[in-house]
Amino acid sequence: MRGQPDSSSGSVGRRQFLGRAMTGAAATTLTPVARAAPAPAPKTDARAPGMFELNINGHAQLFALDTRTTLLDALRDHVVITGAKKGCDQGQCGACTVLVDGKRILSCLTLAIAAQGKSVTTIEGLAGAEDALHPMQQAFLDQDAFQCGYCTPGQILSAVACVEEGHAKDDASIREYMSGNLCRCAAYPNIVAAVNQAKPQMQIKKA
Amino acid sequence: MRPFTYARPAALDAVAREFPAASAGTATGAPVQFLGAGTNLLDLMKLDVMRPSSLVDLTGIDAAPLRRIEATPSELRLGALVRMAEAAEDPVILRDYPVLAQALQLAASQQLRNMATLGGNVLQRTRCLYYRDTAWANCNKRNPGSGCAAREGVDRQHAVLGASEHCIATYPGDFAQALIALDAQVETQGPKGRRRFPFAELHKLPGDTPHLDHSLAAGEAITGFTVPAGPWTRRSLYLKIRDRASYEFALASAAVALQLEGTQVRAVRIALGGVATVPWRAREAEAALIGVVLDETTAAAAADAAFAKARPNRQNAFKVPLGKQTLVRALLTVAAKEG
Repeated sequence: MRGQPDSSSGSVGRRQFLGRAMTGAAATTLTPVARAAPAPAPKTDARAPGMFELNINGHAQLFALDTRTTLLDALRDHVVITGAKKGCDQGQCGACTVLVDGKRILSCLTLAIAAQGKSVTTIEGLAGAEDALHPMQQAFLDQDAFQCGYCTPGQILSAVACVEEGHAKDDASIREYMSGNLCRCAAYPNIVAAVNQAKPQMQIKKA
Repeated sequence: MRPFTYARPAALDAVAREFPAASAGTATGAPVQFLGAGTNLLDLMKLDVMRPSSLVDLTGIDAAPLRRIEATPSELRLGALVRMAEAAEDPVILRDYPVLAQALQLAASQQLRNMATLGGNVLQRTRCLYYRDTAWANCNKRNPGSGCAAREGVDRQHAVLGASEHCIATYPGDFAQALIALDAQVETQGPKGRRRFPFAELHKLPGDTPHLDHSLAAGEAITGFTVPAGPWTRRSLYLKIRDRASYEFALASAAVALQLEGTQVRAVRIALGGVATVPWRAREAEAALIGVVLDETTAAAAADAAFAKARPNRQNAFKVPLGKQTLVRALLTVAAKEG
């Protein structure tokens, strides 16, 4: 995060640091446990890390992170799954969209510590264990619903939620309810086609 | 972002006891801030506009009244922690208070509506470019007494109603217009206990204290809103005009609710957005319509009354005709609606 002091960097390269953070206290995999997040005691020193637990793509993980860490940075820099993208980091582009307790939200405007105890689904966890791809992922491929691909993980998660919310009634409704995901390549017509393709398949799968 | 401590109390009583200095954002500079979803506050903290040293997260409060939507024959009550998306799709609100549902649905994106709380929504900060960019030293809202960069700057998005020589920043929200039009009340809880007061008294005109956005006391948190039922709430709508079709703040908007007796206006409630420094109740326009037959001529006269005191600055004069046309269209559309 911009302007955030990082005591671990120094001369250590980014990848080295990330690797170290993974094996250190920053993110500990506890697979698979379902237990309530510990209630953090009120802190008076802003330097003390926030301790909390998130369930990410079905795996419970403990975190000890600077309270300023957003959910997006926790995913990308500490869990080291980089599907959720940092586009604007201001809640304007939708590239960081993830599902929290099944609802699409912006991970760049969510403090990781405020998501404690919740289930987070990223693009990496979208397809079921037995499926190669989720129907929406396949539809994006079939309909050529992207060019550069940067906004695509956010688009796909948003599209999945759009169908599940019942907001994919027609093209106009899809456009309105997908308006929080910007695509600089302007693949919009193909994104609408992909949502239309995946919608009946998602409904069959559910039934 | 500057460092801060984080607390997530589970009870409202603990909030008032342990965080008596916490602010729902009365002033940009308040060191202890209440946190809802953070869709506005975290953005402003990243921009270094808001610099709290302590955040008190209210979303962990385990109190059903804060999370419920309740409708009785006499009123609608909305808990402060209800998310925008939830209220926007509530079947009773859609049927009986459509102006509330539409104001919510036309705001932000579905991701933000899934996150943002109703209490936080009404307290969102202005989108004034000079307020949001700390490279500009002169912003009376951010740095009291430093001047107003917008007055001599790019002011296309700025307010034509309710401005002062010290601040012309527009109130950016939509839901607040629907609440103020329907005579909503705000419920709060703070160190001095609970109180309930008209929503119209929540936001403060900039005057010579533009750094004070709200009338909430230190430690006082919004717990909910009540909207009185009335024969006008079903025949209501929110019309929002913006630079793009979706996911954008209003250039001009109108919240209207209407009760007809035959062809004559028996009661009407009007609020304007995108054009004023605070959620703006257009009482002069309402007065102009009582007892008349609503048509293009009378609606235009009401719109003229609504903007009679408008003071355009440099590039925002277009908001006067746009605001009038928005109100005329909203009135004619709501009159044609099934009552």
